[in-house]
Amino acid sequence: MSPAFLNFIEIVLNGLMAGIMYSLVALGFVLIFKASGIFNFAQGVMALFAALTLVGLQTGQVPFSHLINAIFGTELHHWGSGLHTVLAILFTMALMILLAWVIERVVLKHLVNQEPIILFMATIGLAYFLEGFGDLMWGSDVKVLDVGLPSGGSLWWEDVTRTWVTEGSEYWGMYIDRLDVAATSVAVILVVGLSAFSQYTATGRALRAVADDHQAAMSVGISLRTIWVIVWSIAGFVALVAGIMWGSKSGVQFSLSLIALKALPVLILGGFTSIPGAIVGGLIIGVGEKLAEAYVGPLVGGAIENWFAYMLALAFLLVRPQGLFGDRIIERI
Amino acid sequence: MLKKANESRPMLEVNNIEVVYNHVILVLKGVSLTVPKGGIVALLGANGAGKTTSLKAVSNLLHSERGEVTKGNIQFEGKEIQNLSPSDLVKSGCIQVMEGRHCFEHLSIEENLLTGAYTRQDGNKSIKQDLELVYNYFPRLRDRKGSQAGYTSGGEQQMCAIGRALMSRPKMILLDEPSMGLAPQLVEEIFEIVKNLNQNEGVSFLLAEQNTNVALRYATYGYILESGRVVMDGDAKELRENEDVKEFYLGVGGEGRRSFRDVKHYRRRKRWLA
Repeated sequence: MSPAFLNFIEIVLNGLMAGIMYSLVALGFVLIFKASGIFNFAQGVMALFAALTLVGLQTGQVPFSHLINAIFGTELHHWGSGLHTVLAILFTMALMILLAWVIERVVLKHLVNQEPIILFMATIGLAYFLEGFGDLMWGSDVKVLDVGLPSGGSLWWEDVTRTWVTEGSEYWGMYIDRLDVAATSVAVILVVGLSAFSQYTATGRALRAVADDHQAAMSVGISLRTIWVIVWSIAGFVALVAGIMWGSKSGVQFSLSLIALKALPVLILGGFTSIPGAIVGGLIIGVGEKLAEAYVGPLVGGAIENWFAYMLALAFLLVRPQGLFGDRIIERI
Repeated sequence: MLKKANESRPMLEVNNIEVVYNHVILVLKGVSLTVPKGGIVALLGANGAGKTTSLKAVSNLLHSERGEVTKGNIQFEGKEIQNLSPSDLVKSGCIQVMEGRHCFEHLSIEENLLTGAYTRQDGNKSIKQDLELVYNYFPRLRDRKGSQAGYTSGGEQQMCAIGRALMSRPKMILLDEPSMGLAPQLVEEIFEIVKNLNQNEGVSFLLAEQNTNVALRYATYGYILESGRVVMDGDAKELRENEDVKEFYLGVGGEGRRSFRDVKHYRRRKRWLA
C-alpha cells in the first residue's frame, strides 16, 4: 500500500473515533428529546458537571470550599486523599440521579404541557445554573481527570501498520490514540445496552410509549414524572460517560460544556429521535471533518474542522429534515 | 346486610362537578352521573357539550390540559378519586380509552397492548394470558401484532386502544368516541365487542358518543349533556322513544319531515337551555 493510501486510512480511523466522542454527547440529547420532546441545552453542562464532581471526589476536594473559607475564614481544601475511582464514579452517578429528580421537581413538573420552546428556554436556564453551581462547588481551575484509561499513541499499531507500506517508501506507521479506542469500546457497549433496555424491558417500552404520545401514556397509567426522572438519570449517566472521556482527553475545564454545540450537527444528521442515528451521525461528522481538513483544508487555508460540521448539517436540513434515522412522520390519509 | 349495601353501591358516582380550564373557562357546570356495577352508560351530546371533559375529570387526565375539578366529587367504588394520579387510578381499576384512539404509533400492536399492563405487578404469566384473551376478542389484532400501530387501519387502532385498556384488568373503562371516523359496519363490530366484554368479563363502561343511535342500542342508561349540564337522563330504551331525543339526536321528528326552514325556526324556539 502506498503511504498516501495509508494516510487516508489513518485519517478515516481517527475521524471515526473523534466522531464517537461527539456521539457520546449526542446520545444524551436523543434520550431526553425522544422521551419528552425537550431539546436539553444543558446536556453539555451536565457532562461538565459530572466530570467536575468525579474529579472532586477522586482527589478529595471539599465541595464549596471557596464559599466556606470566605464565610468562616477557614482554610479547607481537601478532606483526605480522595475516593477510589470506582467509588467516585458510583457517587457521581448517585448525584446525577439526584439531579434528575431535582430537575423534575423544580422545573419540569411546573411546565407540563407547555410549548417546546418554553421547555427549551428552561433548559438554557438550567445550563447556566449548573455551570455556576459547578463552579461554586468545585472551583473553576482546569483539572486533570485520570480514571485509569490508557492514553497516548499505540506503539503496537504503529509497528503493525509500518509493515503494510510498499517496499522502499518511507512510512512511520499510523497513529491512533488508545484513549480513543477505549472511548469507542465504551460507546459501543453503551449503545447496545441502551438499545436492549429500550427494546426489551417494560420500562424501556414505557419510555418509547411516552415518546410517542404523552396523553395516551398517562391514560394507561404510566407516570410521566417517574419516566422523566428515569430519562434524565440515564441522560445524566451518558453525560457522566461523555464527561469522563472528554475530561480524560482534554482536561476538565469549563469549555467542556461547549461540546454540546458539536452535538447539534450530529443530531441533525442522525435524527433527533434515533439512538443509532446519533452514533452514525457522529461517525459521519467525525470522518467528514477530518477528511475535509486534510484534503480540502490546504486549498482554503485550513481550519475547516470548525465549521464543516455545521455546513454539512445545513445541507442535510434542506434535503432530509428528519435526519438519517429520525422517526418517519407517519401520516395516513 | 352489609354485603347487600356493597352490591347496590354504584361503580362510579359523579356528584355535581364543575370543571374549569386555565382557571377561567368553565366547561362543566354541575354534572352528576352514576354508573352501576356491570352497566353500560352512555354520555350523549353534541360537540363541545362536555362529554370528553366529563370522562377526563373522572380519569384525572385533566391536569395535563390545565383543567381542574373545582366543585363536587367523584367516587369510584365508594372512594373519592379526585386526588389520585392517573396511574393510581389505573391500578385501582378505572382506565380511559381516549378519543381518537391514541395508539403509540411507533410501537407494534403487541407492544401497544403490553404497555396497558404497565401498572400490573402480577407477573409475566398472567399478562401473557390476558394478551391471549385480548387476541381472542380481537382476532384481527393477532394477525397484525407485529405491525407498527401507526400503519394499521382506524378500526384496528380502535381495537388496539380498547385491548390496551383491557390489559390493565380494569373494572371500568371510560370509552371516548369509539365510533369516531369508523365505517358503520366497524362501529357495530366494536360495540358488539364492548357488549361481550361487559357480559363476559363484567367490565362496566361509561362511553361518550355522538352516534346516539348506536350508543342507545347498546347502553343500559343514558345521559344527555348540553353546554356542560345534564339536560336529560333515563333508561336507554326510554331515551330512544323520547320525542325530543328523536328530534334532536336521532334525526327523526315525530311529525315526519318538515322543510329545512321550519326546522331551523322550531329549533331556535325550543331549546332545553336558555
